[in-house]
Amino acid sequence: MIGTNIALTVAKATCHFDVSAPWLTRFLKREPRRILKAVQDVSFTVRRGSTFSIVGESGCGKSTLARMIVKLQSPTGGRLDFTPLEQADGTRVPPRVQMIFQDPYASLNPRWHVGEIIAEPIRELKLIDNEAAIQARVDELLTTVGLSPTDASRYPHAFSGGQRQRISIARALATQADILVCDEPTSALDVSVQAQILNLMRRLQQQFGLTYIFISHNLSVVRHMSDDIAIMYLGRIVETGPADLIFSDPRHPYTRLLLDTIPDVENPNRSRQPMSGEVPSPITPPSGCAFHPRCKAAIAACRSQQPQLEGEVHQTACHVVCAD
Amino acid sequence: MTGTTPILSVRDLQVNFSGRYGELTALDHVSLDIGEGEILGVVGESGAGKSLTGTAVIGLLEAPGHIVGGSILLDGSRIDTLPHHEMGKIRGRKIGAIFQDPLTSLHPLLTVGQQLIETIQTHLPLGRADAVARAIALLADVGIPSPETRINQHPHQFSGGMRQRVVIALALAAQPRLIIADEPTTALDVSIQAQITTLLKRLCREHGTAIMLVTHDMGVIAETADRVAVMYAGRIVEIGPVEEVTRRPRHPYTAGLMASIPSMRARDTTLRQIDGAMPRLNAIPAGCAFNPRCERADDRCKREKPVLAARSHAAACWHPLSGDQS
Ligand SMILES: Nc1ncnc2c1ncn2[C@@H]1O[C@H](COP(=O)(O)OP(=O)(O)OP(=O)(O)O)[C@@H](O)[C@H]1O
Ligand SMILES: Nc1ncnc2c1ncn2[C@@H]1O[C@H](COP(=O)(O)OP(=O)(O)OP(=O)(O)O)[C@@H](O)[C@H]1O
Ligand code: SF4
Ligand code: SF4
Ligand SMILES: [Mg+2]
Ligand SMILES: [Mg+2]
Repeated sequence: MIGTNIALTVAKATCHFDVSAPWLTRFLKREPRRILKAVQDVSFTVRRGSTFSIVGESGCGKSTLARMIVKLQSPTGGRLDFTPLEQADGTRVPPRVQMIFQDPYASLNPRWHVGEIIAEPIRELKLIDNEAAIQARVDELLTTVGLSPTDASRYPHAFSGGQRQRISIARALATQADILVCDEPTSALDVSVQAQILNLMRRLQQQFGLTYIFISHNLSVVRHMSDDIAIMYLGRIVETGPADLIFSDPRHPYTRLLLDTIPDVENPNRSRQPMSGEVPSPITPPSGCAFHPRCKAAIAACRSQQPQLEGEVHQTACHVVCAD
Repeated sequence: MTGTTPILSVRDLQVNFSGRYGELTALDHVSLDIGEGEILGVVGESGAGKSLTGTAVIGLLEAPGHIVGGSILLDGSRIDTLPHHEMGKIRGRKIGAIFQDPLTSLHPLLTVGQQLIETIQTHLPLGRADAVARAIALLADVGIPSPETRINQHPHQFSGGMRQRVVIALALAAQPRLIIADEPTTALDVSIQAQITTLLKRLCREHGTAIMLVTHDMGVIAETADRVAVMYAGRIVEIGPVEEVTRRPRHPYTAGLMASIPSMRARDTTLRQIDGAMPRLNAIPAGCAFNPRCERADDRCKREKPVLAARSHAAACWHPLSGDQS
């Protein structure tokens, strides 16, 4: 792959949080400092115009990684760099990056009406300078996400959860970003609105060559949207590669378990048992391969040695898989 | 259903919003029952009134929203007419609520432990030490690792899905008769989702808890609910046993919903979608509210509102599908 083809390079990105008790308590109870390793040594590249998805259990570090990508959270180690865009006159500018947040409630200003919320980035970035054209653009965006222009004068609290999510999608589209980081963009939406939004996102990508970094736990949505996928477990990538390969030939025991756990309408399993074993804590991660306490394939080495990602296009971090 | 009194019985519930445009009807003759140990799934278009139904049942409807008709019965007694402080006692003790939005149901300045312990002690006669132990056990139940450490943290130190699990733990704290779970697993990955739905099913089985489960995830509905209600523009348009509704939908909206689900088996270029959008409350069309988007619509659909029959599998539609597609 050539350099200019890459939109984002993430190299050994790491984020640790200090979650120690206040020092006095720690001193009195003789407790050590406690460090939560939310993201650990994560590396990947995202091709321009493609969709890269990050999948994994709740708490494995997806949102933290997304926040580092959009610079809302500074990494405690490693780098996350966007490739600048070359303009017609030869100058290089950073790409415009926008995030759609997991929590649409917290990200909409309750005191602004919807029209202002969507118009704000257009004014801020001086994308359109005439007021009538801004209003027309707001109306168009509202229609695009399945709301109506008359909604512009209402406040966020008058909307349902899914409707608010569509407002934040409209606002993200308003920025005309080159790269969209979408943290669970459709999980609050019913499947028919979800289909409309996903179709729209695909269409915009084809039209404008947008790059998406897509976070979702909904694997059927991920399958539908992604070119490449990274599966995370407890802060690390355990398997990564082209979406088709990961879905047709999942290798890491955790990925396989994940694919087996998807509730299926076409073939429901009403006596499904949740994944056995305790969910590990990122404060005291298991030694060696963090998945070993829950892994049926584990061997002795798994308890002591951290497996590294191996492979060319389709990479897996597992002692057993990589030994074959 | 059996002859016994359902735990929750909603009859012809109507909720309006009064505002600039006059009275808007957001819930229109919503009727449903949930029996002991039963899980009723509620699905439907975003904005259809699913959360509103839950909010009305727990008595937390906020102005300008208000109940203008119908009744809500818990174990056979009316609760929609109870004074505010009486309803406050029922909430938490007899009805547990898991809201769609985990952040607003948690206090940002209190630790997760303080909130759990307070809720436990408000509803159950437990001393401090027992309440702490129960709080830790509840966190473990909903799959929070290292609960002893986590109990001292504030909500912002939890991931999105973990906050949701704390809210679930709060709702379960007093072992309520009825749980209103509004998208409890939306923010959660499949493995935690399976853990939560297994927990909900266990509550139903072991304690006879009745659950209203609002979710967009048809897979979760298919694997968890006993019956399912489909809502569109403030009304229940189809209700019935989960297998019949998901496999043999009778209402054209339900059929469209089922067809929009991305398949796990192949990557299609475009997903099937129902074109158009659900009407706004101030512009609900005459007759069947779905008629502008419906392929089967005829003149009658534009004039007369179809009603839901009191059958075990019923659809409010003049021209229902025969029921063997999909
Ligand atoms: N304060 C309000 N004023 C006017 N309309 C309101 C107000 N609050 C809610 N509504 C309307 O009530 C309707 C029902 O909302 P509700 O939150 O119940 O939807 P929902 O079915 O839960 O949708 P979602 O799946 O998106 O959460 C929506 O159309 C919403 O616009
Ligand atoms: N500000 C913070 N302080 C301390 N710990 C934090 C902070 N933000 C996140 N964490 C911790 O980092 C870990 C990863 O959190 P993150 O929000 O990235 O998870 P996630 O993969 O997005 O999960 P979900 O699917 O539940 O949203 C969690 O254990 C969380 O508790
Ligand atoms: S390294 Fe060992 S414990 Fe980890 S996934 Fe592979 S087999 Fe399982
Ligand atoms: S009543 Fe008519 S418009 Fe409404 S869903 Fe049935 S066929 Fe379609
Ligand atoms: Mg997250
Ligand atoms: Mg809702």
